[in-house]
Amino acid sequence: MAAWSEAQANDIIRRHTGREGALLPILHDMQAAFGHVPAPAVPFIAHALNLTRAEVHGVVSFYHDFREAPAGRHVLKLCRAEACQSVNGEKLAQQILDRFGLEWGGTTPDGRLTVEATYCLGLCASGPSAMLDGEPMGRLTSASIDDIAREVG
Amino acid sequence: MATRIFVPRDAAARAVGADKVAAAIADEAKRQGLAVEVVRTGSRGLFWLEPLIEVEIGGVRVGFGPVTAKDVPGLFVDGMPAASHPLCVGRPEDIPFLKRQTRITFARCGIVDPLSLADYRAHGGWRGLERARSIGPAATVEAVTKSGLRGRGGAGFPTGIKWKTVADTAADRKYIVCNADEGDSGTYADRMIMEGDPFLLIEGMAIAGFAVGATKGYIYVRSEYPDAIRVMEHAIVLAEREGLLGAEAKFDLEVRVGAGAYVCGEETSLLESLEGKRGQVRAKPPLPAHKGLFGKPTVINNLISLATVPAILADGAEHYAALGMGRSRGTMPIQLAGNAKHGGLFEAAFGLTLGEIVEDIGGGTCTGRPARAVQVGGPLGAYFPRKLFDTPFDYEAFAALDGLIGHGGVVVFDDTVDMAHQARFALEFCAIESCGKCTPCRIGSVRGTETMDKIIRGERVEANLALITDLCQTLKFGSLCALGGFTPYPVMSAIRHFPEDFDRQDPSKSGLKAAAE
Repeated sequence: MAAWSEAQANDIIRRHTGREGALLPILHDMQAAFGHVPAPAVPFIAHALNLTRAEVHGVVSFYHDFREAPAGRHVLKLCRAEACQSVNGEKLAQQILDRFGLEWGGTTPDGRLTVEATYCLGLCASGPSAMLDGEPMGRLTSASIDDIAREVG
Repeated sequence: MATRIFVPRDAAARAVGADKVAAAIADEAKRQGLAVEVVRTGSRGLFWLEPLIEVEIGGVRVGFGPVTAKDVPGLFVDGMPAASHPLCVGRPEDIPFLKRQTRITFARCGIVDPLSLADYRAHGGWRGLERARSIGPAATVEAVTKSGLRGRGGAGFPTGIKWKTVADTAADRKYIVCNADEGDSGTYADRMIMEGDPFLLIEGMAIAGFAVGATKGYIYVRSEYPDAIRVMEHAIVLAEREGLLGAEAKFDLEVRVGAGAYVCGEETSLLESLEGKRGQVRAKPPLPAHKGLFGKPTVINNLISLATVPAILADGAEHYAALGMGRSRGTMPIQLAGNAKHGGLFEAAFGLTLGEIVEDIGGGTCTGRPARAVQVGGPLGAYFPRKLFDTPFDYEAFAALDGLIGHGGVVVFDDTVDMAHQARFALEFCAIESCGKCTPCRIGSVRGTETMDKIIRGERVEANLALITDLCQTLKFGSLCALGGFTPYPVMSAIRHFPEDFDRQDPSKSGLKAAAE
């Protein structure tokens, strides 16, 4: 992930100028570039879209996806919704958290992994399911925990 | 000529190793010098068999599944895989799960290369749009109305009437918005179409645009679906290149990505989000059909509704309306999920009973234990006990039992489920996802979760259950949208149909009692 750069942030904003409802696309691109929505970006976004900083902050904080600080190098999203609950997903999720010594939303001290809850990945007939760095995983068992550990180094 | 081998690229197939299988097939073919063309398709929706590969033998596709990368060398031990291999499942169309279906919306899914316009046309694509253009906008709206198609997102509002309202509203600009914010647990039909037959959605939206006079469409896809977003965006570029979208076609289409808010599946909240705002629900009226996106008349439909329109136009409204029961016409893609032995997509005419779906089609549970509860229609849908397994899958039949069919998700639980925990989860989920605009939902969900915790701990169970019942009344009648308004369905159905799970003892008191005795 890139470090904060005013020039890069303004580039992102410029790419979306004139689009209808540009705020969410801009925030997604900011997060893709910097790993989070950096606080210094907010005034620039607000100015470009003729919004107040409070309005932009209100949008950033409303959506679960937008981070105000970067996550770990790998992000594991574990599904906690009903379909995965029905196949013991909660028990498996607890084992995964225990393995890495994490609470929900936490990041390992070495910064290699963040584990987050998600509510449905649309893999509901292949549960328990997860997504590791955007890649889908299904039919997880306790044996999958080793695979995840290997994957995140 | 190279033998074609079809391997799904659907996220649920990739989640269980389809990419590795595709790579292993390519490696093995290279090693043996076999002429093989690997074609990536969507999924047939038989998820217990994924990765389900299909080998074209003499013009017939023969299935093998579930295949792992490790199975591949064995499959090719004598050259091309043979029907005698233990993983062979025969022709997919002959598998009872698929054979019993009536596939209209999902006719192509899992069969074609989703990003091949040639495949799409060869399998009947664009016939609906061509028909619409030949009969004109008014007759197109009329056909959708006559088909009896109702909103597949769950509300069940007649699609044709929605379209007519937008068509009849004069404006300089109108929009078509596809709700692909498929957040209900147990549902994946939208995802499968976007990943497996994206041109179908493009065609459906182009028909909608033509019918109501809209020139711009948005597909709002949830961020949890990165595969669907990639395929959909690619399909749009391909369609633009062919002039099927863009200036020539007088219709532009764009994918917009959500940001992890369940409530954005509610139509007015979705529109706010598309406008770049917090996804907070709008009060209705005005209806989106009058004042929708950016204040302009907007058709906002569920993805499955839009994806069903091409077939209605191509094959006739009567053909579609002939299927189903009562006021639920046509087919519904039922999504069997959770602890189902045969989980997958089952498109069928309305009217199957819940028991047929769970036991006959789903084969019971994958754990082999008895199915005890079935949640239908996502996190806001009711839990059904076995004694209601005779309920037919139909909008009205489910509504009559204080439930809903929603987007068609059917999540099966075996007899190890604790329904008090499920009721608590429904309230907790509402608290996590509430947009915060109305008090019953914002506060009620939090208080409800706390009260359910007390019940689970065995504290003043009877009084707290009365409190939950009262709170659910407030949520049901006082909330602005379905999130707060329908959360009582899972909660109250759990309490009503599974009272034994709420009959908790206070552990501290029972301990004292035991000591005294």
